[in-house]
Amino acid sequence: MPSLPPEGDPAPLDGSLPASALAGVGSRPFGFYVHVPFCSTRCGYCDFNTYTADELGPGVSRASYADQAVAEIRMARRVLGAVELPVETVFVGGGTPTLLPPGDLGRILGAIRDEFGLAPGAEVTTEANPDSVTAASLGGLREVGFTRMSFGLQSTAPHVLAVLDRTHTPGRAVDAVTDARAAGFEHVNVDLIYATPGETEDDFGASLQAAVHSGADHVSAYSLIVEDGTRLAARIRRGELPDVDDDVAADRYLQADSALTAAGLEWYEVSNWARAGAECRHNLGYWRGDDWWGVGPGAHAHVGGVRWWNVRHPVAYAARMQADESPAQAREQLSAEDRRVEDVLLRVRLRDGLPLHSLTDTGRGVAAGAVRDGLAEQSAYDDGRVLLTLRGRLLADARVRDLVD
Amino acid sequence: MANANAPVAGSTDPSVIRNFCIIAHIDHGKSTLADRMLQVTGVVDGRQMRAQYLDRMDIERERGITIKSQAVRLPFTSVDGTTYVLNMIDTPGHVDFTYEVSRSLAACEGAVLLVDAAQGIEAQTLANLYLALENDLAIIPVLNKIDLPAAQPDKYAAELARIIGCDPDDVLRVSAKSGLGVDAVLEAVVTQVPAPVGDADGPARAIIFDSVYDSYRGVVTYVRVIDGHLSTRERIAMMSTGAVHEMLEVGVISPEPVPSAGIGVGEVGYLITGVKDVRQSRVGDTVTSQRHGATEALGGYRDPKPMVFSGLYPLDGSDYPELRDALEKLQLNDAALVYEPETSVALGFGFRCGFLGLLHLEIVRERLEREFNLDLISTAPTVNYRVVMDDGSEVRVTNPSEFPGGKIAEVYEPMVRATVLAPSEYIGSIMELCQTRRGNLLGMDYLSEDRVELRYTLPLAEIVFDFFDALKSKTRGYASLDYEPTGELASELVKVDILLHGEAVDAFSSIVHKDKAYAYGVSMAGKLRELIPRQQFEVPIQAAIGARVIARETIRAIRKDVLAKCYGGDITRKRKLLEKQKEGKKRMKMVGRVEVPQEAFIAALSTDESAVAKPK
Repeated sequence: MPSLPPEGDPAPLDGSLPASALAGVGSRPFGFYVHVPFCSTRCGYCDFNTYTADELGPGVSRASYADQAVAEIRMARRVLGAVELPVETVFVGGGTPTLLPPGDLGRILGAIRDEFGLAPGAEVTTEANPDSVTAASLGGLREVGFTRMSFGLQSTAPHVLAVLDRTHTPGRAVDAVTDARAAGFEHVNVDLIYATPGETEDDFGASLQAAVHSGADHVSAYSLIVEDGTRLAARIRRGELPDVDDDVAADRYLQADSALTAAGLEWYEVSNWARAGAECRHNLGYWRGDDWWGVGPGAHAHVGGVRWWNVRHPVAYAARMQADESPAQAREQLSAEDRRVEDVLLRVRLRDGLPLHSLTDTGRGVAAGAVRDGLAEQSAYDDGRVLLTLRGRLLADARVRDLVD
Repeated sequence: MANANAPVAGSTDPSVIRNFCIIAHIDHGKSTLADRMLQVTGVVDGRQMRAQYLDRMDIERERGITIKSQAVRLPFTSVDGTTYVLNMIDTPGHVDFTYEVSRSLAACEGAVLLVDAAQGIEAQTLANLYLALENDLAIIPVLNKIDLPAAQPDKYAAELARIIGCDPDDVLRVSAKSGLGVDAVLEAVVTQVPAPVGDADGPARAIIFDSVYDSYRGVVTYVRVIDGHLSTRERIAMMSTGAVHEMLEVGVISPEPVPSAGIGVGEVGYLITGVKDVRQSRVGDTVTSQRHGATEALGGYRDPKPMVFSGLYPLDGSDYPELRDALEKLQLNDAALVYEPETSVALGFGFRCGFLGLLHLEIVRERLEREFNLDLISTAPTVNYRVVMDDGSEVRVTNPSEFPGGKIAEVYEPMVRATVLAPSEYIGSIMELCQTRRGNLLGMDYLSEDRVELRYTLPLAEIVFDFFDALKSKTRGYASLDYEPTGELASELVKVDILLHGEAVDAFSSIVHKDKAYAYGVSMAGKLRELIPRQQFEVPIQAAIGARVIARETIRAIRKDVLAKCYGGDITRKRKLLEKQKEGKKRMKMVGRVEVPQEAFIAALSTDESAVAKPK
């Protein structure tokens, strides 16, 4: 989740969408993102929209969250109308969704199933802190309908986990993956964070090996981002920790790509690697401009060129749901050019590549230059796509700045 | 409280006229003393009084300095019962305006030498005192601020007495702030300053000592009549150019303009002719009548000569027309300001401007920013070099990037004679500083037991850099500096170019002494390495003299420029960030293939800019 919501236009209280957005609903893949804004402790690097019990304040509790989420799912149905709209993917993220009992998560899933129905073979993911699951709770999650688990492994090096303020014990994450497999989960992802101050090449190598050997079929690896206002940022500012070094981050990225590719996981997005068929369909929906509804405090949604985002604080969110009002804080209607720019900035990060027809003449010239500079693949270019090379992926944002001209 | 017995302008007997000025250092209380004189003589009452009454520009009031001079006619009834006309001619108080000071002095018969009793005489005051003595002015030494706890009137009275050659008891002691002793100063002006002497029946000759542009009235010219008489509705001629103007109004300032039928021998007043540009009415020029005019001008006129040059560029390139208009307007009121269009690869379109000195540069820049609302970048100040080629041809260089290649026989640089006054404990530090700035010691004198005057010749270029700041910091603010041009000298000067990825960046070229070229190259290359963001390729930064590289730094290629995460909630923010970056990219300057944010140029130049001497 982004740390601060963007500015946008006012959103109507009944949540209604313009006819233009509703027009193609049902013809595009549709998914749900459910944001669970709770954590047991706050990690030092984290600026996500999540709250510990202490931070939550009066007027709202974890116990009432599932009811509110269910209410928003019903509202989604009212807004989208009676059209046939089977849900292809559900992604429950956080926060720490598994702080909710499997029954609560099951109730939320049930509401989606009741209101919309799940498409055959739907991908239903939840994020989990390795510490917050057991073999039994994983079984419970599988039972209520989850098909995919995503664990925050981050690192196997204790000193790195300490810098990140992560509480789980290093071995636990690997066990969690094994338990999830045993419980019948089809796909399991682990998240890794690299370039943490103090992390060595060997530390990260060990983390990569653990991820690969755990049996996960999907790995997301992120360079540590030091967000303003976090404890980590304060410690770096005070000189207690060195800052993240971009050159080190580049080395780690190459290390990740090499180790994961060797283990049979191919990159399909700048920060994501998977075995064939194990790509996260939900996330691909974001990158391909599909429709999704975002449930919960601060969640973002997109339907047919309209983006909106919910009020951030759980108390404000609860109040909206109790009043039977849309929780949307603001929204924006994307222009054709906005959508083209988004297409460029998202698709250039994908292994599918960016179709050259999304570019202006200038952009196509830039693309040709990127091929000459070894930042994009010649063969893909010949097929009419911009597909970044390994070095090009590390410079993807710079490429986007040039390509959107 | 106007004085009923005051003589009328235009028919004042020269024997009751006293023309004087106040020579003082910044902060020594000149404006306060002038304020007090306005009150004591009754030309301004307490109700109308405001601090620094005569300082017209905001900058003058804020900084407590006088940039432009002015003259006030003060009727004063002396203890002898006679009502005199005291014309107080305010003089600019800074080294850059020495020529203007000399013209003000030429309009006077006497000078009040005003010195802070806690600080003693300063270098610029000393220089102006010498000018006054050269002009045979009667000097009235006055110590101000004698009521300050830190005042040492006995010590500084002795110092002044030694410099002027008078008795320490002749030094008046005042507090301009409280008004104590101000009457005595006015009496001394009456008794010690000679009355003006001139040929009342001869052809009119008046010296211009100031010329000010007023948006309502056009140019207001301040003059002192030496011979004859100037009246309204006659045509007057400027003797340096022969230009003829209609005299629309003549009058005196007391302290607001009061029109009169004319002004006669010894009188000081203003003329309005309807011209719109001060360059048509130049300080130092002689005004005469068109009919039966004088044939011989008063001596001492010279064209203003710019000494210090800097490129001024609008931060936002689209402000270029506004900058051009603003310079045009400033020039109406500033005959010494010169400029011509200039283009820089790094900074775009701007103007190469010439100034009398550093303060002049700073004032012009500040007025452009303040009065015309412009954001400017200025390049490091430089001087006027004369380059003689092997074939005998000559090139004038005021912009280092125009320094010629090829066979150079000699390079001449302007020199100054600098005077530094400081407590004697700092002699060592000052000598060390002057030595590193290629100074040559001419002599040293003790003004008093613990105060010393050091005289040096120095290249002007060494002073315009950061000399004044360095001097102040080495002497904890106690040293004062004055300098005057003394011609030119052949020096071993070279041009150091700064190359970015093989392309010279014009704004950073500098003409330096060959012994300092390496230090300049290393420092500039190092600075730019910190300021220029990494590019997708390695960027060498080189400092070079001609084809010879003397220093090198490298900006390593950027390897990572990608945000790791981009999920559903990140897309809007990322698109908006991209829009912002596109705006930022438009402000990038391309040096070859290297994208340089304008901020980097500004930062690299601004460190030099801080070198511009700030009057304390």
